[in-house]
Amino acid sequence: MLKFLARRLLLLLLSAVCITFVIFFLTNLQPNLRKVAKFEAGSRISDAEVTSWLQKNGYDRPFAVRYGEWLGVVPGWTGTNDEGAPVGRCIHAGADPASAPRYCGILQGDWGTSSVFKDSVGKIVATRLGLTGILMFWVMVTMVPISLAIGILAGMREGSRLDRALSTLSIASTSTPEYVSGVVLIVLFASSMTGLKWFKGSAASAMDGITFENFFLPVATIALYGIGYIARMTRASMTEVMTAQYIRTARLKGVSFRNVVLRHALRNALIAPFTVIMLQFPWLLNGVVITETLFNYKGFGWTLVQAAGNNDIQLLLGCSVCAVFVVLVTQLISDIGYAFLNPRIRIG
Amino acid sequence: MTPLNWSEILLAVALRLWPVWAALIATFALSIIFKRRLGLYGKLFDSTVGMIGFALVMFWAYTALFAPMIIDHDVLSQVGQMKNVVPGTPMPDGSGYYLLGGDHLGRDVFSRMVAGSSVVLQIAPLATLFAYMVGITLGLPAGYFGGRLDDGLSFLANLVLAFPVILLFYLLVTPEIVETGLPQYVAAVIFILPLLFLLLLLNSRYYVKPGFRNAAAAVILVAGGWTYLSLVSEKDTRIAFLPDALDWIHVPPNILIVFVSVIFVNAPTVFRIVRGLTLDIRTRDYVAAAQTRGEGPWYIMLWEILPNARGPLIVDFCLRIGYTTILLGTLGFFGLGLSPESPDWGSTINAGRKLLTIAPHPAFVPALALMSLVLGLNLLADGLREESLRD
Repeated sequence: MLKFLARRLLLLLLSAVCITFVIFFLTNLQPNLRKVAKFEAGSRISDAEVTSWLQKNGYDRPFAVRYGEWLGVVPGWTGTNDEGAPVGRCIHAGADPASAPRYCGILQGDWGTSSVFKDSVGKIVATRLGLTGILMFWVMVTMVPISLAIGILAGMREGSRLDRALSTLSIASTSTPEYVSGVVLIVLFASSMTGLKWFKGSAASAMDGITFENFFLPVATIALYGIGYIARMTRASMTEVMTAQYIRTARLKGVSFRNVVLRHALRNALIAPFTVIMLQFPWLLNGVVITETLFNYKGFGWTLVQAAGNNDIQLLLGCSVCAVFVVLVTQLISDIGYAFLNPRIRIG
Repeated sequence: MTPLNWSEILLAVALRLWPVWAALIATFALSIIFKRRLGLYGKLFDSTVGMIGFALVMFWAYTALFAPMIIDHDVLSQVGQMKNVVPGTPMPDGSGYYLLGGDHLGRDVFSRMVAGSSVVLQIAPLATLFAYMVGITLGLPAGYFGGRLDDGLSFLANLVLAFPVILLFYLLVTPEIVETGLPQYVAAVIFILPLLFLLLLLNSRYYVKPGFRNAAAAVILVAGGWTYLSLVSEKDTRIAFLPDALDWIHVPPNILIVFVSVIFVNAPTVFRIVRGLTLDIRTRDYVAAAQTRGEGPWYIMLWEILPNARGPLIVDFCLRIGYTTILLGTLGFFGLGLSPESPDWGSTINAGRKLLTIAPHPAFVPALALMSLVLGLNLLADGLREESLRD
């Protein structure tokens, strides 16, 4: 088990390094840097001025070195500005150059400064993640029990009318991406067209205080797309378990159908959905970005869109690292959890 | 002219779609008559779910095909008085109606929805097909040979899968990336795999008949190579080695990057499916028999394993077109890649969502269209799965 864990952790680290390198590469491509130069130094500057700005700010050095600096394994770049005062990656505006640390990358907890929000990236990402965390919490609270219930009810008696109805419902739910269900839900429940106006079409006010009225639609939008998928996986797992020998034995022994389902089948049927739910996180992230944009909820997804749209390289890198971290960690948890839950898998 | 009421609108829309109904009825009549001779496709008509799915998919396929006949207003022309008008409003000059209303720029929502179907149905199936070619070409050897090759390719696939899709889109589908020529370089790598696939397919089977093999290989190389070069090369970009007169496929760089990123997202999953199936089928007796006969590895992979893996692959192919449609919609929703003028459903939803509470129809119509197409594909896949499991 320890060897398995160590191997998984090593692979995770390797993946993290590879992915952050690719993201760093894509965000630091020459045209992107030129755009940053124009954003910082004025949009009308000439090409020569752009080049000199990049040189002055340390962007002209080898790519691998800059990646190392950003990661915090290579000492931060230093130089002097026009007045001869020392400047550098690790010397923040207004800080004493002598006391600046030698290394300042994400490993040291220095995530850089966002050029759009004029704040430290670490702080922005932490606040936004908190807001998204609340959204995710409610999504999980609604999505997981509903989808498990649908899956188990459908898989309990394969081919029954209930199964067919619930399966069709799950298929319909997986064919409704967030930007469709969001639009449909807003039109039905928040527009003047039907005149229902039960809920609000924007979740902007939910950032100050969550009410049922302003938070129901975003949560429902994300949950709806996920429910179908998890329910189908649960159903598949449940139908497989229900045909197993020990279920037949239990039935022949005279155990009631209700008890067979609850005591014997359920536990074994829930192993597969656990993995699916864990692996659902990356997809939820997708949904979060769409839903937060649609409902104007200024969480992590909204921040990611803003960072990408405004070419805010540091913030985009910060968001990407968080997103990738979430994905990799959930993958790890699902692997370990699967091995832990399923006694048939022995890890040598 | 007086505005139409809802039943008149529905009737008018149905009448505009007459070529679609005609084609649908013909398809169903022929298929049901000959269903016993049509293999898996014919069996589809034994399952209600499969038939509903197939009808939905074919509805959109025919709509895309007959789009020029169905559209009754120009997709891009803006009429000032028709901004955000409700469905069934007559044109100010009396030349027909805006059947499903006008959008925020005064364009006809119905015509744009129909035109959007041809954009979506041109990109989604083709991108899925390419993702399949890439996934199969890499997944078969990974599953068959195993070892280092498998470890390496699986690591790469997992790496791509760990990228949040939306992040990948935001990083890849930008004008700056297009400027660097990166999409064309990636396309140059991705598009060569189908060519390689076809050549391998041919060589593994016909290497015993060198005459036929050489002739067929030459045809594939000339036709495929030309297609490949015209796909990748484009005037005034980084890769522009083909003279303009010979360049018969014009893919604008912003469409190419959409294409490449969608393939990039889908290929690793296809790779994993193909690899898993290969691992399973590799242990079968007929593979051992072929090995004993002395067949080469590529013959076994392409002519023994692949045909026997077709069932799950066809089902997944249907599902994946639906997923690709969703991805394309996502790109349009964030205004990435496709031009904002483009009538594709994602972009139209994006344009309409700002006025959702006042004028819902510009976003509602394409949203329903996208949902029904994806639903059709999912139901079709479900029907196919059920019917293929039956025997």
